[in-house]
Parts: sequence; C-alpha cells; structure tokens
Amino acid sequence: MNNTSGRLEARFCGVGGQGIVLGSTILAEAAIFYEGKYASQSPTYGSQVRGGPTKVDLIVDTQEILYPKATHLNFFLAIAQSSFKKYFCDIADDCTILIDENLVIDLPEDILVGTHRKLYKIPVMEMAKQEFNNNILANMICLGVTQEVTQVVSTENLLKSIQKSVPAKHYDKNVAAVQMGIELARSRKQQELVV
Amino acid sequence: MSKLAEVDYNQYLRVHKLPTTWCAGCGDGAIMKSLIRALDELQLPRDETAIISGIGCSGRFSGYLDYNTLHVTHGRPLAFATGMKMAHPKGKIIVVSGDGDSLAIGGNHFIHACRRNIDLTLIIINNYTYGLTGGQVSPSTPLDSSSPTAPYGSIEPTFDTCKVAMAAGASFVSRTVVASPLHMDKMIKAGLSHSGFSVVEVMSNCHINWGRKNEYAAAADLIKHLKDRSTFSAEESEADGKHLLGILRQDAEMKEYATTYYQMVEAVQAKMAEKKGA
Amino acid sequence: MPGQIYALTGNQIVARAAIDVGCRFYAGYPISPSSEIAAEMAKALPKVGGAFIQMEDEIASMAAIIGASLTGKKSMTATSGPGFSLKQENLGFACMTEVPCVVVNVMRNGPSTGMPTFPGQGDLMQAKWGTHGDHPIIVLAPAYHREIYDETIRAFNLSEKYRQPVVLLSDETLAQMSGRLEIPDKSELIVINRETPKVGPKEYKPFDQSQGLVPPLASFFEGYRFHVTGLTHDDTGFPTENTTIAEQLLSRMRRKLTENLDDILKWEDYLVDDADILIVSLGSASRSALQAINEARESDGIKVGMFRPITLWPFPEEALKKAARNAKRIIVVEMNEGQMALEVERILHRTIETVLRYNGQMISPDEILNRIKSYESCEAAKV
Repeated sequence: MNNTSGRLEARFCGVGGQGIVLGSTILAEAAIFYEGKYASQSPTYGSQVRGGPTKVDLIVDTQEILYPKATHLNFFLAIAQSSFKKYFCDIADDCTILIDENLVIDLPEDILVGTHRKLYKIPVMEMAKQEFNNNILANMICLGVTQEVTQVVSTENLLKSIQKSVPAKHYDKNVAAVQMGIELARSRKQQELVV
Repeated sequence: MSKLAEVDYNQYLRVHKLPTTWCAGCGDGAIMKSLIRALDELQLPRDETAIISGIGCSGRFSGYLDYNTLHVTHGRPLAFATGMKMAHPKGKIIVVSGDGDSLAIGGNHFIHACRRNIDLTLIIINNYTYGLTGGQVSPSTPLDSSSPTAPYGSIEPTFDTCKVAMAAGASFVSRTVVASPLHMDKMIKAGLSHSGFSVVEVMSNCHINWGRKNEYAAAADLIKHLKDRSTFSAEESEADGKHLLGILRQDAEMKEYATTYYQMVEAVQAKMAEKKGA
Repeated sequence: MPGQIYALTGNQIVARAAIDVGCRFYAGYPISPSSEIAAEMAKALPKVGGAFIQMEDEIASMAAIIGASLTGKKSMTATSGPGFSLKQENLGFACMTEVPCVVVNVMRNGPSTGMPTFPGQGDLMQAKWGTHGDHPIIVLAPAYHREIYDETIRAFNLSEKYRQPVVLLSDETLAQMSGRLEIPDKSELIVINRETPKVGPKEYKPFDQSQGLVPPLASFFEGYRFHVTGLTHDDTGFPTENTTIAEQLLSRMRRKLTENLDDILKWEDYLVDDADILIVSLGSASRSALQAINEARESDGIKVGMFRPITLWPFPEEALKKAARNAKRIIVVEMNEGQMALEVERILHRTIETVLRYNGQMISPDEILNRIKSYESCEAAKV
C-alpha cells in the first residue's frame, strides 16, 4: 500500500492518555531523521483534558508537505469508539483500518462495501495487558501493525527512532510490542493470501 | 529637634526641566525633595539606579530626576520595572506612582509585584484622587467626597494600600504623610534600603482637585487635615479609620524574586556543566 | 556547511530561533495556541543566562519586555488574539519610544475568545493598526517551518536595526504542526545588534534627528541617564508640545520604514511570469494555494502563479504590481473576511476574486482549485 506517489496519510485516534501521539512521533522522526523524508504531524489541539477524543494526522512524503491536513487516509487506527465515529470520515478507498475490536464495536455496515479497504480487528489493549501487563504498550503493538501495513520507513529505522524516543530501560519492552504488532499484521496478510 | 538634612538638590535634578508643572503647594514637590534627601544619604550609584513612573502628576517625577528614567503608560510602571529588574538584577529601581496609577488601573501589577517580593521600591503618592485629570474618584477617595465623577458624594469603598500590600506579600510596607518631612525621609530611606519589594505610601495633598471640592482648598489646610487623619497608634487607626503611619512590615528574610531566579539559573548551568563533564 | 535536521513544531521553532539570534529576555502569559513558545523559553533561557518571567497578564508582559530591552537585552513575548488586543497599549509605547522588541501573535479564529484552538488569519489589520495613533510597524508572516525560523531571526534583526517593535504573525496550524526543519549552521546566521551611541553621555540625545532616521540607542545603567517617555518628545527624549517637533518625530518614525523598503520587504513570487491567474495569499493559507497551483498546472494546464507577502506590513506594493502585470484574474486566498483583499484591491485598482474562510478551518487546496477551474470553465463557455 505504500503508494507510488511515496506519500502516506495516516490518522491515529483514541482518547487522551492512551499515548497514540507517541507512535506517530516515532514514525515521523524515523522518516525525517533516518530516511531524509518530510513528515508533518497535526495533533488535535484542544483543551488539555484526559479522556477526551484525540487524534493525530501523520503525513509522510518525499517532498515538502504543503496542506498539512489528511484528506485521503491510507491508514486509520482507532482505539476508542468515540474517536472512531468522530474521525473516520477521511478514509480513502485503499485505506487499511485498524481497530481494537473490544473498544470499537459500532462500525458502519458498509464501511468496506465497494472499496479496496481492509479492516483489521485486533484487541490490542487486551493483548498488551496479557503479554506485557501494561495497557500503554497497546500503542506500540499498533505501531508495529502500522509499520507492517504501510512500510513507510524501514523496520531498522523505526527501531532507531524508538531508541531515540523511549527511555533506555523501556526499550526492549517497546520493541517486543512493536514486533508483536508486525507479526500480527504479517499473519493477517498471509490469511488474506490464502483466502 | 532634628532638622532636615541639608542637600544640594540641584545636583540630583535636571534643573533645565524646572520649574515643575505641579500646582503651588502640591505635595509632590515635598516628596521629591524627600526622595532626593534619601538618595543623597544612601549615595545610591547614579548610573545603577532607575526611576520609573506612570501617568498622573506622580508620572512627572521621572522627568525631573537625573537618573535612568522611564515614563510609561498608565498603571504599568511596576510591570516595566519588573522586566527591567529581571534583565538587569544589579539595578536599583524606584517606581513613583499614584493611587489611581497603582491601585486602580495598575492594581493587578501592584498585587503581583508584592506577591513576587521583587526588589523594587514603590513610592505611592496617595492624594485621594486623580489630580491630573481633574479630581475623579480613585480607589482611595474618602467616602462621601465630592468629585466630578461623584457629584452627589462618592459611594466607592476604599482600599487600604498598606493592608493590600501586606496581604499580597510585600516584605516592606510603610506609610508616611507629607505633613511630616522628617518621618517621610525616614520611611523612604528605609524603603530604599530594603532588599525585596518595598512599599512606601505617602499621604499627600491635592488641594486643587480634591481639596477645593471638599472644604480644603488651601494647601496648608489639607496638609493639616492629613496630619489629623494620620496616627502612629494602631488602636486609634482601627477605631477611627485614621491612616496608620510607620513601618508596618519589615521582613528581610523573605525570598526576593530576582535573586531566587538567578540562583535557579546558576543551578541549571551547574547541572549542565556537570553533565558535560561526565 | 549543511545544517542540522530537526522535527519541531512552529512554536518550538520560534523559541529556537529567538535563542539562536540572542534573545535573552522573555515575558509572557499563557494563551492558546501560543503557550508552547513560553514553555520553550522558560526551559531554554536559564541555560544561556537569560531571564524568563510569566507575568500577571498580557499587558504586563508587553511592558516587561520593553523594560528589559532598555537594558540592552533582546526581548520577546508571544500571544494570541485576545492577548494581542491587550498588548496593543504598550506595543504603541514601544513604537513611540523606538524600543526594539519582538511580539509573536499566533493567530486563532476570532473575534473575542472565538475558537482558541483553531486557526485564523483575522489579525492582519490589527497587526498594522491595533494600537492608537499613526505609528510605524513591521509585520512578518512566515508560511513554512524553515521560514518561521528565518523570519524570527529577521524579526529580531529588523527590530534592532530600526529601533522598532516587530510583529511575527504565526497561526494555530503553523504553531502546532510538527515537521522537518533544517537549521542552518551557526556560521551562516546573520545577527544584527542595535547601534549604540558613539558620543559620550553629555552629548547623547536618544532621538537625535541629525543622527539619521534611526538614532543610536544607549542602554540603561551604562552611564547615559537619559529619559524615555510615551509623550511626544524632542531629540533629547523630553516631552514637548511643539507641533513642528511632533510632526518631525512622526515623520521620521514613518520614514524609518518607508525609506528602507528594499531592506525590509520580502515576498515570494511563484510562477508569476506566465501566470494568467495570480493568487495572492499568505501564511498557512498559502500552502494550500501552492498545492492548488501545482495541481492546476500539472493536471489542467492552467497557468496559475502566486504572490505571497512575507513582510506583510509595510506591504510589498510595487512587487505585487509587478507580479500582477500580466494576470487576467487575481484571487486573494486568506482565512478571514477579506482583510488582505482590501489591500490588494487598493494597490491594484482592479476587481479581485477571493477564496475566504473564517470558521476555524483551513482553506483546502480543492476549494482553491475549484475557484481556479470553475471560473475558467465558464470563461471558456463564453468563448
């Protein structure tokens, strides 16, 4: 799906406090620092409250990004029902949608109808809790899925960026969570091939 | 009986800017001379001292005194002074203001300068009114006073400048009256010698724009009235609402803002150097 | 030397550039969407020995930077709409007393409290006329991350060079979005400091007209003991009611800018030479315009170009006239009800079209493209 134009438009949304901006920042910085690309992040900017719907739009391009708002989302991630409803509007025909199926239950029935969209339902919160005993790592699992689906940067550069962004003592755990996301997405892709 | 110190006033004045624009008998002249006597006695280095004033008759102080001087917008001299002090912490900065300038339009800056306890001296000349604009009601105009903006008598409750200053956290608070030059000298000198935010309220006469409308048209009558309305007794002040004179608070231990800031700067830089060395 | 690559938000870039150009005093008050500039300065200034203070209100923070600048320190404050309104009083004082300082206004959608976390460009006229009385003002309006850096540097330089407050107009979009920034090597940085007096304290006149349009400015506490007042003043800085001197003072302050336009004005011409349609836009709105122009040229073969003022005030009038010479249509694109459109109309004396938005949303490239094409197609139909 890493489109031929070399441009990725992604949106990550959840509720304040889930740490979704970090995943976006890691990708953006991997693109900027290690691949010489342009990346722009426009977070929702509102009253600074926990628990409210929040999103960040990430655009990665090989050229300077002019209009910084996403209009044709190639990747859309939602880990809260409220933010899914509020922000799914700009998804493109080829968008890969990742939702936490425990948290986003109510989807429009026709969301895939007549499109090339793909829907990944992965209970990232539950998995993070089970595997790492830490909810916050759900966003790293999501980052792994995003990475595998979009291939917007190389995995090597993604890891470099993680190293830069997270404290050294948490690096291994974060990488393990990202790796888990990558594996999940890979197996999903294989299933699709089989089907 | 002690006498006023003999001083060559001209040495401290921009004599070519004299005579002053103040009305004959105005307390501002007496206060400026008192300030000069204090400056002379303390021998504050001239080039390291700045005088800042706002709008009103008190605003004219900065023009007459031969120092680094700044005459700013209405009510804002403390805000300009705060910036100047923080940028140049070695400087001695004196703010001369009035009751309208400091208690009304500049009220917010006043309470926050007190709260920070930043090393500035505020001489606040309280003449009960907005003299320069014709005697309108200020936050210190006595109740029932007649004024162009209170033609049927003022119904505005008043501020007690010193109580506000103490409640807001100033470490030096004093009040004096223009009728007692020796006491005025003492208070201004003590204020200037203090390190921290020092407030010296001087009860002064505007016989022209407050007095004439309130039965004190002659300077001498109003000065005498101010003296009668002042007391050194806290009890009498409580009982009769008279202006309590003297040093009402003096706390040399209280943390001064600019010093605290630059200590923090040193600590940050020391930590940086340590990190670099490691 | 190649510069260093960073990923920063617009607000972070302003602070970064300010420190790089030597800003050593910041006073501010919290307001969205500019607050991060204060936070960055609070972190950075102690490291370089500078002073940061959060003042009790917007008025006080404007006053504080003027007080600080008079000691010779480069000073800045940042705010947004409501705060910019409050700063106008002392911004006028800085104009009148010719004290260098930089005021950043991160525009949000107004009026009044408006939409505090949404972008707007509704303060263009306020930036020029906000404080009372005729007064000179320089206003810069960057559109890209690197330009925010460069224009912040230039804001300080112009302010020091012309003894003049300079307003940097950012907006919520630019301020909050993070992106790639290449900061030039320190050796490439041009830093201008105010001219200080060459004469001793006795001969020094802080507003001496015989010293040219920009008389040197002494600092407080350095032995000069001069007077600064917001009242109309003579060469020595003392108040005067002499009407001839009053006129000379205001004329000189105006001429400081009008006679140095070559140095102060900056703009971008984008594909204007063959353009049938000229878009005039600025700041973040111009990014959408640029995308629309590229698409119109590539996909539809329509010859569109853009004129973009980077110095907004004084407006680059002659440059606009030149850019518009061959254009058959002029479209002004801005996030307000047509403030710059008024200026463009005044300068070009011709009918102009507009693409405006004043609801807190950015103008999208498609909206601009539609305007470019819809008219084009109806023109074609006429033929």
